[in-house]
Amino acid sequence: MSSATERPFVEISEVAMRYGGVEGTLALKDCTLSVGKGEFVAVVGPSGCGKSTLMRLVTGLWPMTQGSVIVAGQEVDRPLSSAGMAFQAPTMLPWRSILANVMLPLEVVEPHRRRLRRERAMYDAKARKLLAMVGLAGFEDKFPYQLSGGMQQRASLCRALIHDPALLMLDEPFGALDIFTREDLWLELQTVCQTLKPTVILVTHDLREAVFLADRVLVMSSRPGRIIAERRVPFPRPRSMEDVYKPEFQALLHDLREHISDARRAGAAVEASHAA
Amino acid sequence: MPRDTPAPIPTNRGPSRAEAMALAARRRRRLQTWLPWIIILGTFLVWEAAVQAFNVPQFILPAPSAIIASMVKWWWPLLDNSWQTLMTTLIGFALAIVFGLALGIAIGSSSLLYAGLYPLLIGFNSVPKVAVVPILVIWFGIGTIPAVITAFLISFFPIVVNVATGIATVEPELRDVLRALGAKPTDIIRKVGLPRAMPYFFASLKIAITVAFVGSIIAETVAANKGIGHLMILASSRFDVPLVFAGLILTGVMGVVMYAIAMKIEERTTGWAMRGQDGPSVATSIGG
Repeated sequence: MSSATERPFVEISEVAMRYGGVEGTLALKDCTLSVGKGEFVAVVGPSGCGKSTLMRLVTGLWPMTQGSVIVAGQEVDRPLSSAGMAFQAPTMLPWRSILANVMLPLEVVEPHRRRLRRERAMYDAKARKLLAMVGLAGFEDKFPYQLSGGMQQRASLCRALIHDPALLMLDEPFGALDIFTREDLWLELQTVCQTLKPTVILVTHDLREAVFLADRVLVMSSRPGRIIAERRVPFPRPRSMEDVYKPEFQALLHDLREHISDARRAGAAVEASHAA
Repeated sequence: MPRDTPAPIPTNRGPSRAEAMALAARRRRRLQTWLPWIIILGTFLVWEAAVQAFNVPQFILPAPSAIIASMVKWWWPLLDNSWQTLMTTLIGFALAIVFGLALGIAIGSSSLLYAGLYPLLIGFNSVPKVAVVPILVIWFGIGTIPAVITAFLISFFPIVVNVATGIATVEPELRDVLRALGAKPTDIIRKVGLPRAMPYFFASLKIAITVAFVGSIIAETVAANKGIGHLMILASSRFDVPLVFAGLILTGVMGVVMYAIAMKIEERTTGWAMRGQDGPSVATSIGG
C-alpha cells in the first residue's frame, strides 16, 4: 500500500504471542503490519486486544512466540538500542530535576553516552529547546512532584525524543489526562514530530486521537489480536483542532468505530462460546 | 430571600485568617520541638516522686536522683566503657552497611538470588543472637571481636531487606523505557535502582543503628572485659542497681544520638522522598 518502493522501517509478519506456556492466553495471532520510515501509525482496538503486547514485541522487550519483527532491516531478537518510549504513567525519576530526567537517555544511548561529558552544554541546550517546544520553558529545574500530571507527561515525551530516536513508541501516552490537556498535547506532539520526523507507532483507544495524529490508522481485533482494518488519514498537516469537527473527519471516525464495535461483538461471541 | 441571612464573612478585621493560621502552625512546631524534653523530664519527676512516696528500696528501683549521683561518682568508668561500646557498635554497624548494601543490591536485582537466599536469611535472622555469642567466644575468645560481630549480625538484616526491596520495586514501565534504549542491567541499577533504594536504605539505617547497640551489649554481658554491658553485669553482681540504671540510660542516650545523626543524613540525601511533609506550613506561608 505504501507509495514508497523502499523497504518499510518496521515489518511485523505473522506474529503470535502466548503468555504463560502452551496453555496460556493467546494475546496476538497472525498479526501483520508494516510502518514506513517517518510514518505515524496509530493502532486502535478494544481493550485487552494486545496493543501493549505489540509495543513490547516491536521493541524486543519480550520474546515473541511466533513470527518475526524486522526494524530498520534487522531482525529484532533483543531489546532495540535506541527506541524512544512513553507510557500512560510519566515515570519521572523523583530525585532528578525535569532537565536531568529528560537527559536520562543520553546517559545510556551510544554515542551520546560517550560525548555527554564533553559536550554537556550542547546537550543541555538541546534538552531545553525540546522542553520549550512542549511549553515547559522555565520548568527545567523543577522536580517532578512540583509539576501537574500533564506537564510530567510532556516531560516524558521529551525524554522519549531527546536522543533523536528513529522509532518512537507511544503506549496510550495521554490516557490519564483530561480532554483539554490531551488536545494541547496532540498539537505539541504534531509539531515535534513534524520537526524531528521520527517513525511513530501510537497505541491508543481514543479514536479521535488516532485520526488526528496518524497518517494511517490500524484496527485490531479482540484477543487474540490481529489487524482487521486499515484506514489512511488524508488530511493535510499541520492539522488543527478545527479539523476534528469537519464532516470527513467525523465520517472516518464513524467508520473506525463500526470496525471496533464488530471486533468487540466478535470477541464477546468467542468468550461466550468458551464459557458454554 | 430567607429570613435569617447568614452573618457577613469578616474580611481584613484584625489579623487575617492566614496570619492566625501561620501563628498556630508556628506554635505547634515549637511544641513539637519541646515536647520530647517535657515528657522525659516529666517521666523522671513522676519516677522520683513514686520512689519517694512508696519508699521503694534502692536495689529494686533506684530514684533518678540516686542514678544521677551514681553517674557523677562513677563518671570515668561509665565514660570509658560507653566509649568502648560505641566503638564496637559503630564498627559492627559499618560492616553491616557494607555487606548489607552489597547483598541487598545483589538480591534486589536478581530474582534468582532473591529466591535462593531469602529463606536462609530469614532463618538466620530468627536465631536469637544471644545463642550465637558463646560460639563466637569459642572462635574468637572473650573481648571486642564477639561484640563487633554480634552488632554486625543483628543490624545487617534490616539493611539487606530494605535495599533489596527498593531495587526490586522499580516500575516495570521505567525498566522498559531504559531497556528499549539499550540499557544494560547495571545501567538500570545505577541510574534507577540505587537512587530509588536510598530512602529505604536510610530508613533501615535508623533501625539498624539501634539494634546494633542491642547486639554489642548482649555480647558484652555474656563475654567481655570491657563495655557498658560488662559494666552493668559487674554492677548488678555487686547489687549496685543505680549504676546498672546509669548504664541503661547512657545506652539509651547513645542510641537516640546515633538515630538523630542517621535521620539528619537521611534528610540531607533523600529529601526528595520526604516532600509534602511540610505541606501545610508551605501552604500557609503562601496564603499569608
